[in-house]
Amino acid sequence: MCLAIPGKIIALDSLNASQALVDVVGVRRKVDLGLLQDAPPVPGDWVLIHVGFAMSKISEADAADQMRTLNMLGEVDAAMEEVRGYGLDYDIPDPSSRRWKQ
Amino acid sequence: MKFVDEFRAPELISKAGEEIRRLADPNRHYRIMEVCGGHTHAIYRFGLKDLLPDNVELIHGPGCPVCVLPMGRIDDGLSLAAEPNFIFAAFGDMMRVPGTHGSPLEYKARGMDVRIVYSPADALKLARNNPEKHVMFFAIGFETTAPSTALTLIRAKAESLKNFSVFCNHIVITPALRAIIDAPDMVLDGFVGPGHVSTVIGCQPYLWIAEEAGKPVVVSGFEPLDILQSMVMLLRQLNAGEAKVENQYKRVVAWEGNRAALRAMEEVFELRSEFEWRGLGFIPQSAYKLRASYAQWDAEQRFTVPGVRVTDPKAAQCGEVLRGVLKPAQCRLFGRECTPEQPVGALMVSSEGSCAAHYNYGHLKPVTISSAAYRAAAH
Ligand code: SF4
Repeated sequence: MCLAIPGKIIALDSLNASQALVDVVGVRRKVDLGLLQDAPPVPGDWVLIHVGFAMSKISEADAADQMRTLNMLGEVDAAMEEVRGYGLDYDIPDPSSRRWKQ
Repeated sequence: MKFVDEFRAPELISKAGEEIRRLADPNRHYRIMEVCGGHTHAIYRFGLKDLLPDNVELIHGPGCPVCVLPMGRIDDGLSLAAEPNFIFAAFGDMMRVPGTHGSPLEYKARGMDVRIVYSPADALKLARNNPEKHVMFFAIGFETTAPSTALTLIRAKAESLKNFSVFCNHIVITPALRAIIDAPDMVLDGFVGPGHVSTVIGCQPYLWIAEEAGKPVVVSGFEPLDILQSMVMLLRQLNAGEAKVENQYKRVVAWEGNRAALRAMEEVFELRSEFEWRGLGFIPQSAYKLRASYAQWDAEQRFTVPGVRVTDPKAAQCGEVLRGVLKPAQCRLFGRECTPEQPVGALMVSSEGSCAAHYNYGHLKPVTISSAAYRAAAH
């Protein structure tokens, strides 16, 4: 329930400032950046994600730690199931589209 | 054991364990509550109890939102699922949670439109994609999850989306701690504060625990080393007779929290005068409802909800376990009438509940961390 999943911002949506394309261990989904609007992340930044929203910016080392913690807790499958589920219809965004600002 | 290699800084974990044993005054008994269900899970999974001396006891707190949700709220939410053209959307964690007439999954099997969503934003998307239907998001969670629901409602209002509503069960952690601290049989000495809730609310909301109740609080991360370091910080304070709020999880938690998230919650929610917690009863100002300005998106204001109340059997001792007066296995129903398959009380309902964690890990050997293994892993 209270999983926080680390992901890396790949690109920002040029049509919607609160949407970003985020990579979580190779799975790419749209994540909402609305809760970080005071200091918006940019491509290359790492964030902690909870229920489809980026909750806080973290360092790359902390992202690796968090992934390892999820692994040790046996929660990686649940976390990846959650990430894959974002967006309902699996509309996997195409990062090469001009919509996404890398 | 494979996991041992993956612990961050195993030699530091071993040192922290030694430091705890050195700090623990043999003439004292320390009772520390870890508030968050995620910490409870980690403590069992990593067998952290093995590293603690007998007089340092961990009590598992109320931090599992699925566990503390009264069954009547599930019944109320599901009563709407039978309406025509209605979609009941909830997180996967809710799907197997029993209501009086079955879980959301069983309602789905009976032909009602019940959908799993992984984000409140996806419930909103369901509403956009199904304009001929009404989509109700059954919202649960502490302040970690509440800002995401709030922002989703702000978006729904901005779009004037008419076929979307939220059945709000969001709860607030500090009033539950107040209920535990104010109980006449209070036995706790200090608190391991929740990590992810604190990314949103920051550390200030715990100041009264230190200043009024005189108990130390250390906001903690989730790795074994984080939890042990937090225990060291708590024991140092207790031995020095201090009570402060400290932040062990600075790399993720800012002292003032996440202002944008707090603003979103402030815009959408207000406190209910009281809310029932399974195992703890009615607690004043312990949950959110939608403000009048969001009435159109509030399922409880928009539809007629029966207001079901289901009380747990008298024999269930969840309250005593939550306050640390009893250990899970000391409840008279534990493992007999009450199991994770057939939960009677709140704390068996989800794997993060303390009775379920105790039941599961009592039968399953946790990843134990002996100092020998650490030393081996360090080389
Ligand atoms: S065993 Fe069941 S009834 Fe007893 S405290 Fe735990 S959850 Fe409550």
